Amino acid sequence: MAKHHMEATVNGDPVEFLCETEETLLDVLRDTLHLTGSKEGCASGDCGACSVLLDGRLVCSCLVLGCEVGGRSIETIEGMAKGESLHPLQEQFLKSAALQCGICTPGVLVASKALLERSPNPTETEVRYWLAGNLCRCTGYDKIVSAVMDAAAVMRKG
Amino acid sequence: MAETNGQTNGTHYVGTRTIRPDGVDKVTGRARFGADYNLPGQLFGRVLRSPHPHARILSIDTSRAEALPGVKAVVTRADFADQPSEFIPAGEMMMNYKDVVRNVMAREKALYEGHAVAAVAATSVAIARKALRLIEVNYEVLPHVIDVVEAMRPDAPLLHDDLFTAGVEPKPDKPSNIAKRLEIKVGDVEAGFKKADVIVEREFKTAPVHQGYIEPHAALASVSEDGSVELWTTTQGHFIVRAHCARLCGLDMGKIRVTATEIGGGFGGKTVVYLEPVAIMLSKKAKRPVKMVMSREEVFKASGPTSGATVRVKMGATRDGKFTAGFAELKYQAGAFQGSPVQPGAMCAYAPYDIENVHVIGYDVVSNRPKVAAYRAPGAPISEFAVESVVDEIAKKLGIDPVQLRMMNAAREGTKAAYGPKFGPIGLEETLNSIKKSEHWNTPLRKWQGRGVASGFWFNIGGETTVSLTLNEDGTVSLMAGTPDIGGLRAALASVAADELGVPVEKVRPIIGDTGSLGFNFLTGGSRSAFSGSMAIVEAAKQIKTELIARACKLWEAKPEQVEWKDGAVRPLGALAEKVKPMTVADFAKISGKLGGPIGGVGRINAQGAGPSFGTHLVDLEVDPETGRTTILRYTVAQDAGRALHPAYVEGQFQGGAVQGIGWALNEEYIYGEDGRLQNAGFLDYRMPVASDVPRIDTVLVEVPNPRHPYGVRGVGETPIVPPLAAIANAMENATGIRFTELPMSPPKVLKALQERGLNTRD
Amino acid sequence: MRYEAPDSLEGAVALLAGARGDARVLAGGTDLLVQMRADILEPELIVDIKRIPETRTVTEERGGWRIGAAVTGAELTEHPRLKQVWPGVIEAANLIGSTQVQGRATMGGNLCNGSPAADSVPALVAAGALASLVGPRGRRDLPVEDVMLGPRRLALEKGEIVASFLLPPRPPRSSDAYLRFIPRTEMDIAVVGAGVSLTVDGAGIVTAARVALGAVAPRVLLVPEAARAIVGSRLDAEAQRRLEAAARAACQPIDDKRGTTEFRIQVAGVLARRAALIALDRARSN
Repeated sequence: MAKHHMEATVNGDPVEFLCETEETLLDVLRDTLHLTGSKEGCASGDCGACSVLLDGRLVCSCLVLGCEVGGRSIETIEGMAKGESLHPLQEQFLKSAALQCGICTPGVLVASKALLERSPNPTETEVRYWLAGNLCRCTGYDKIVSAVMDAAAVMRKG
Repeated sequence: MAETNGQTNGTHYVGTRTIRPDGVDKVTGRARFGADYNLPGQLFGRVLRSPHPHARILSIDTSRAEALPGVKAVVTRADFADQPSEFIPAGEMMMNYKDVVRNVMAREKALYEGHAVAAVAATSVAIARKALRLIEVNYEVLPHVIDVVEAMRPDAPLLHDDLFTAGVEPKPDKPSNIAKRLEIKVGDVEAGFKKADVIVEREFKTAPVHQGYIEPHAALASVSEDGSVELWTTTQGHFIVRAHCARLCGLDMGKIRVTATEIGGGFGGKTVVYLEPVAIMLSKKAKRPVKMVMSREEVFKASGPTSGATVRVKMGATRDGKFTAGFAELKYQAGAFQGSPVQPGAMCAYAPYDIENVHVIGYDVVSNRPKVAAYRAPGAPISEFAVESVVDEIAKKLGIDPVQLRMMNAAREGTKAAYGPKFGPIGLEETLNSIKKSEHWNTPLRKWQGRGVASGFWFNIGGETTVSLTLNEDGTVSLMAGTPDIGGLRAALASVAADELGVPVEKVRPIIGDTGSLGFNFLTGGSRSAFSGSMAIVEAAKQIKTELIARACKLWEAKPEQVEWKDGAVRPLGALAEKVKPMTVADFAKISGKLGGPIGGVGRINAQGAGPSFGTHLVDLEVDPETGRTTILRYTVAQDAGRALHPAYVEGQFQGGAVQGIGWALNEEYIYGEDGRLQNAGFLDYRMPVASDVPRIDTVLVEVPNPRHPYGVRGVGETPIVPPLAAIANAMENATGIRFTELPMSPPKVLKALQERGLNTRD
Repeated sequence: MRYEAPDSLEGAVALLAGARGDARVLAGGTDLLVQMRADILEPELIVDIKRIPETRTVTEERGGWRIGAAVTGAELTEHPRLKQVWPGVIEAANLIGSTQVQGRATMGGNLCNGSPAADSVPALVAAGALASLVGPRGRRDLPVEDVMLGPRRLALEKGEIVASFLLPPRPPRSSDAYLRFIPRTEMDIAVVGAGVSLTVDGAGIVTAARVALGAVAPRVLLVPEAARAIVGSRLDAEAQRRLEAAARAACQPIDDKRGTTEFRIQVAGVLARRAALIALDRARSN
């Protein structure tokens, strides 16, 4: 079976790629487009390490096929910083030491960005439930949650 | 001769919350973890794993796999030379190469479901997976045994016919699944029980739990025609990986260069080899690089969880609360090969207390499960869960506050631990006091809510460490450490180097060097990397300062008594100060060539003097009596860090370990079917805590400096997982009136216990 | 493996009916992709239905609501009106998995995956929803409780797909609720699920009710005896006891790694009661 020829937008840039039917968007991002910031922790949608935004919607890229994204816009962790400026969430994660090993961090950042875009003033409970699909084994979530709350405050100011 | 001591006069960065130097790469996705490495022309390797928990491997036919187009190499047991029996330290456990080679690739038998039996390397993952299906393995299925007590029975299915129980007299002539019996004895427990006014005896049971790192194992090996190996792997100890691979693959260590990639969690589980030797042998055969990554299912089925165990504890105390005797019998399951952490479990069981009479017996038992690997304070959470639960019961029986009871018996400086050494200054009492004084302790509770407290201990280790400090010509400092950074180590080490050399911390660039660039480093484990790494930096900095003082003397034509190192510069003293100005590290660096050449230091130490870290945890929880579900309401960790090089990352260790303990206590367990197969080999049904499952984890940083470390540092990474199990069990008892002795305390168990007592209503 | 994305129901039906090997419908993919990766499924053909308008729209119809089978849980929550009319259905759809999963998962997929533990199904059954099936022989509507026959067994013929769901019109003072038991707070498959939909009159008496249970039998159960236990009552303590007993009596659960038989039976009663009380509370304020 011939591969699918796909065109999409990734982090604002047009991309073109070939993929087999069974290849997921995560496979395509990592192995074909060489964007290894999204991670595979489980390949079953249970850990969130592969989180990306698909047309602005937070999804697990391991649960989307490469051939489903024709004409769509994908945002990954690699697109979060703008030039040399980190996103306020990225800044705050560094300030708050909200990462230890860092493997879950790209997924958590993308998910948090999606939350704050919808809900600029979330409660701690809202943050925790929104991020329930992002497993972290190192931090116990404490500093992640406070970093998201603090970044939200920074973003609300200006 | 001017003395250079291990500390600058006043630290500037140590103890502050600097931004970690590797942080930007981690928040942008640039940092490269194990599976992020690729080489041109690489092949993809996959492992064929036994579907049977116990089977003799009669034959393996790989011919059809080898014939599949795209398959470039296949390996089996035939490709690994057998290894004689030899015990070696691996982290805080011991292992035997005879077992290691068999765990990496099954030989006579498949000893657990998921045991590696063969591997292929092919031009795509799809072809590799297809090839696995073409390998024909002839198994003779044998009866299996999973549970530790079952495995100890004389009629249990036998895993190894050459395993005879060590530590019993007379030496047994029949092989057994009991690999070892050990004993720790101090005083006379029988006499101690006679003196007791109250005695509590309980039996406890825990299930195997996995370290749960989010990043699966991954390795990329490239073997060239002359047998040199380049290996990238996600590991806690690349020097250990080098040693294992050299041994298993029959290579000189000098010919293997191992790079530790960024590591996505380890907690002890990445201190051993699984894929690495296989990737090397495949690459050797295929003459191309081979990349291997485990699936999540493989991680659960084929990498080591920690032991499940059965533990019996009996303690006695006088009416006014003095412990008179402590007995424990620990039965730990090691998985398919011997080497459970029963020894450290036995050593830690009563370590927080000053008890005259202690007797601990431990059994290391094999069964048809994956070989256990270290998991954060290996062995201690299990034994201390049991002891701390019994301590709580004694407190209740005597009507003494549980913190008070622990305080009355707490180990202090000078106490001789049951496992041998006398404690130096330690912080157990300080952590107990912090908990007592906390706002948390004094907050009232409602019905069906309970509060529990427990203490914990881990020895921590030092070990062989090499760190190099190099001054670059522009005055920046390159720091190369050799213990993989699993949680913020580079931040801590950068602060130490910056303070030692008196440079701004942004001028220090720490990296983790590969095995070709540094002398030996023992792995990251045992809570040793900041402790030993900082010690080695002090040593390296000392060398630099000595050299700079010598150069200053030459340059200024001065005598050693006329100069000193102070506050980041070599300074002229007395009259000399009118003639010359102080020179900083950067000043010397600029003219290093003129004064003798490159400037650097290498700290090569076998770090001694690791100080134990004690912690006390306090937890509030609420039980829904109609469903048995538990919600953690509030959690406080008080732990002695000695000296926190970077407080935020120390707090992070406290919080992360506590939440792993919450998972272990409430929901995590390996679930096996009657067929000996693992039923929950994924994150859906292996239930680790998610963000909405836990509250804030408040932390109290206690600092009782370790006098044997230049900065007072104690390792902190492991102790945090020790107290939660009992703290939560104790809180459950206070919430429900029921003492749970079996982990996890999952809702079906809790509801059943409530129903049996007619307690399962809200009123 | 072929992938097709037809833009009409007829196109999808033709592909599925004509498929020789295993053919699977792709909506959200949150079950299909997981099963493919685990080698449980190896379809020859994947038919993506998300380009078909009926599967992706939410419209009012004859006083009720037609919800496309491939509308995601996240989209359902964001709909301005559905939450007020059918809070139970919406909260059920939004309990599936994580935020990421809800960004893709659909009620059509949740039903057709054929798991008795599906979260949105008990709520749809309690709501009295119809599944609109389209196949080679045309269109037919089935009550949702009749679509799933057992684990992974559906009443669909070859080539038939669920195109949309029809929720009936709501009398005043009606509402619904869905509760599930999971050991954590999120992410788990339901150990027990209970959906209750009811109507009360001005005096606070329950005049109509439907009670559905998930994960306690080979299929999602509509439990008429549980509904009868509370109709005509104010959901007082005695009615609640009857409801619990009826719910428990209907269970035929299994022992598995997620829960024991006794546990599921016991908790089914508790959740049925709690869900009914929430629905009552919501209905009174409608």
